[in-house]
Parts: sequence; C-alpha cells; structure tokens
Amino acid sequence: MRNRDLSFWLFLAPVILALVLVVFVPLLYGTIYSFTDWDGIKTSQFVGLDHYITLFQDSEFLNALQFTTLFSIASILLINAFGLSLALIVTSKLKSRNVLRTIFFMPNLIGGLILGFIWQFIFIKVFSSIGTLFGIPFLNGWLSTTETGFWGLVILMTWQLSGYVMVIYIAYLQGIPNELIEAAEIDGASPFQKFWRVKFPLIAPAFTVSLFLTLSNSFKLYDQNLALTDGGPYNSTQMLAMDIVKTAFTDNNMAYAQAKAVIFFIIVAIFSLSQVYFNKKREVDL
Amino acid sequence: MVKRRKNVLLGIIAGTLALTWLLPFYLMIVNSFKTKRNIFTDTLGLPEEFTFENFTEAFQELQFIRTFLNSLFITTFSIAVIIIFSSMAAYALNRNKGKLSNFIFMLFVAAMLIPFQSVMIPLVMIFGKVDMLNPIGLIFMYLGFGSSLAIFLYHGALKGVPQALDEAATIDGCNKFQTFWYIIFPQLKPISVTVGILNVIWIWNDYLLPSLVIGGGNTETIPLRLFLFFGQYTTQWHLALAGLTISILPVIIGYFFAQRQIIAGVSEGAVK
Repeated sequence: MRNRDLSFWLFLAPVILALVLVVFVPLLYGTIYSFTDWDGIKTSQFVGLDHYITLFQDSEFLNALQFTTLFSIASILLINAFGLSLALIVTSKLKSRNVLRTIFFMPNLIGGLILGFIWQFIFIKVFSSIGTLFGIPFLNGWLSTTETGFWGLVILMTWQLSGYVMVIYIAYLQGIPNELIEAAEIDGASPFQKFWRVKFPLIAPAFTVSLFLTLSNSFKLYDQNLALTDGGPYNSTQMLAMDIVKTAFTDNNMAYAQAKAVIFFIIVAIFSLSQVYFNKKREVDL
Repeated sequence: MVKRRKNVLLGIIAGTLALTWLLPFYLMIVNSFKTKRNIFTDTLGLPEEFTFENFTEAFQELQFIRTFLNSLFITTFSIAVIIIFSSMAAYALNRNKGKLSNFIFMLFVAAMLIPFQSVMIPLVMIFGKVDMLNPIGLIFMYLGFGSSLAIFLYHGALKGVPQALDEAATIDGCNKFQTFWYIIFPQLKPISVTVGILNVIWIWNDYLLPSLVIGGGNTETIPLRLFLFFGQYTTQWHLALAGLTISILPVIIGYFFAQRQIIAGVSEGAVK
C-alpha cells in the first residue's frame, strides 16, 4: 500500500479520526486553556502562568503530590516483592501451581471501584471486629486517619497488583533455558544460589517492565482511591488524579484543574520516556 | 527426604498466601447472607441464618438487568470497533514502509504516554458541545483511547504474516479490503483474542470516563450504579455486599471458563 492509494487512508481513517478528536485535540485545547481563565464554556482573557504559579503554592495540590509519591514508592516495593515471590511459588513443582496462579491473579479482573468497596468493608468492619475480639486497639478506626488510609491503599494495591506483576515475572522465569538451571544443580548450587546467581540476573528485564508498570498504575490511581477513602479524612489521602477531578468537576475551576492536568502529564511523560530509555539501553547491552 | 520436607513447607506457605488472597472475597460473600443486625453483631462468623433477601433487594435496586445490558452493549461495541479498525490500521501501516507511515505509527505509540486525566476536561467539554455525551460518544472515545495499544500489538503480529499471502490474494482477484478481511484478519486471531481480553477487563470495569460521559440515567453501567449503596452518611452493608457479589459474579464465571487465555493475554500485553 502506498501513501497515494486511497485504500491506505481508508484503512487508517477511523482510528486517526478517533485518536485526533479524543486525545490530541483535547490535549492541545487543554494546554492552551491552562493559560487562560476558561470556565468550561468561555474564555475572556489570557492569564499567562498565573495558574502554574498558584498551584505550586497550593497546599492541597502539593499534599496530593507528596501523598501520591510516597504511596507509589511503598506500593512499587511491596507489589514487586510479593509479585516475584508468587511467581517463584507458581513456577515451582507444586501440584497446585495452576490453581494458585488463578487465585493470585483474580483481583485484576475486577474493577478498582468494587475492590475498593470490598476493602472498605474489611478495614472498617472486619478490622474493628478482630480488634475488639482480641483487644488490639491498633485495628480500630482504620481509614479514619491519614496513616491508616495510606496503608489501607497500599495493602489494597499490593493485594490486587501482585498477581499482575506475577504474570510478568512468570513469563521471564519460564524463558530461562533449563540447561542453565541443570548446570547449576550439577555444580552443586543451593536453591538460594540458583535463584540469586542464575535466575535473578536473567530476569532483570522483568524488573524494568514491572517497576514501570506499577509506577504508572500507582501514580494514576483513581478508582481505588475514590472507593476506599474518597480522599478523607480532610482530603489528606487525596491523590493527584482525584485532586484534578475534584478541582474540575466539584469546584468547577476548569482552567486551574487543567493546569494541574498539564503538570500531571509532564510527570507521567518523564516516567514513560525514562522507561523507553532504559529499554533501549538494555537492548544495547545484550 | 529433605526435598520432600521442603516441598511441604513451600506448600504450606503457598496455601496460606492463597487463603489470604481469597479472604476478602470470602468475607464479602459470607456477610452478604447476613441480616443488617447480624453483620453489626458478628462480622467474622457464619450467618445466624442464611437470608437471600439482601440479594433480591440489591438486584432490584441495582436494576441489574438494565445496567448489565448497558455494560454489555458498551463493552461489546467498543471491543468490536477497536478490533476491526485497529487491525485495519495496523495492516496499512505495516504494509507501507514509507516515512509518513512510520510517523503515524509513532504518533499512536506516543499517545499511549498521555494519561487520561490530562485530556478528560477538554474532552468532556468538546463532546458536550456537539451533544455526544451518550453511549455512542463513549464508544467512540474508547476507540480513541484503546486503539494505540491495539495497533501496537497488531503491528507486531503482522510482521509474522508473510506478504506473499497479500500477493496471492491480489492475483486471485481480491481487492485490498477483501485481501485484509478474508486472508489477513483470520491470521491475526490469536492477537485479536489478546486485544479483546485486555479491553474487556478495562472497559467493563471502567468508572471515571463513563461517569463523566453518561453519568446517571437510563444508560448507566454497573460500576456507576453501584454508588447507590454508598450513601453520604452510612453504608447499608448488607445490601452493598450483596450488590458487590452480584456485580462480580459475571466476571468470575467468565474467568472460570477462560482463565488460561486471560492470563496468557494479559501476559502478552504487558511484556511487549
């Protein structure tokens, strides 16, 4: 198919139309609007960098940025530690490995909203029942403080996404040639040495994929945040995505919300581009 | 002997983890059979008596048949347009090796980097102006957001479909569209399954986009309707848990029948 062919353009037309109207035009308009006093319907003047200056002094935005960053770090570490452990378990010789894999992956099929509601029940009702039964005051009042809201979200995301990154680690673990493992066994390697000296270096690419995947998922989190804590108490567990949604659709502060959205885009783009960079670098090494 | 003991230990650890993973679902289901008072007095034990009333009431309040059909309609049509139009586009881009074709492909890849929250506000305003905040507009948006990854996956798969097939079809008198639809598209079936699975998981469960585009009203989907149980002040847990269980049931049934393909599809989508 050549560029001059009508068929080339007919094949491309539907997706190009959708992509341009749904992603690129809104991105362009949004970026322009973030420099104006747009209220969702009309704009009367340019305000230059005003919104951007305001947002870096806005404690709510800065708090959301800090909370999101800390949450992402904690969940990336836990999700990958659990995900790798689960992958090692289900690639072992256990008879139940297929059932186990099915169970660990299951939460990923269900929407973040539903998962958030289920865990809200567990943290509020089940935790306090256990706390009362065994006299553990620590289990009372979960999700009513910033700390328990934070760890509640981390626990929920670890439970959900460990099974997802497990699938990625499995794909790489199964790609390790059997001869290498057998050679290590003949040389008398212990299971720990087999993991640390043979498997670990060979699945290094899986870490890049999983780390960036969990980073992107944690950083853009919305549904679970909404269903579990709804940002409370007092917006202290509100993450960036929720801050943008609320500024736009609850406070009706469209242009300002869009300025936050542009900063959000820049941060996410930096993550994604560094992933591309790391992937390229790895290809050269091989 | 030592090996066997180690396997037993691993089995115990694995079993404990599996039970922990299932515990939230168990607690949800067990408590959905309790009365309101029973949940309050005893959250951890089995129900005093199993009651199905929660389910009938939650089913009615969810207007489950209507919301289920809405979810089904939106998901099915979105998947269909994503699969058909993305595979066509990927075919055109793959068989044309020019600079322009390459540039368009890069544009689609670049679009994957743009987070939804960065474009949602102008998107809703623009589509609102032309009166497209309805299920049709929503399906069109899913095509816009979903086509990038689909084209990327199809583009990779098409490298394995020999160009000789196209030429043979042309000689036999097929036009470009017939060549694609009758000869190439069937070759792409495995990747179509992957694209379908990834998009079902996303679109069936999606909340934020439909909440902005169709909100409440007649066309609402299951996730939108679920909010009804989580009121401003107190949650009616006996109804909410029954509602959540009902909502999850279709997904679990689907998973039961297609778990192998689902896990393989997700793995393929993530690793590439």
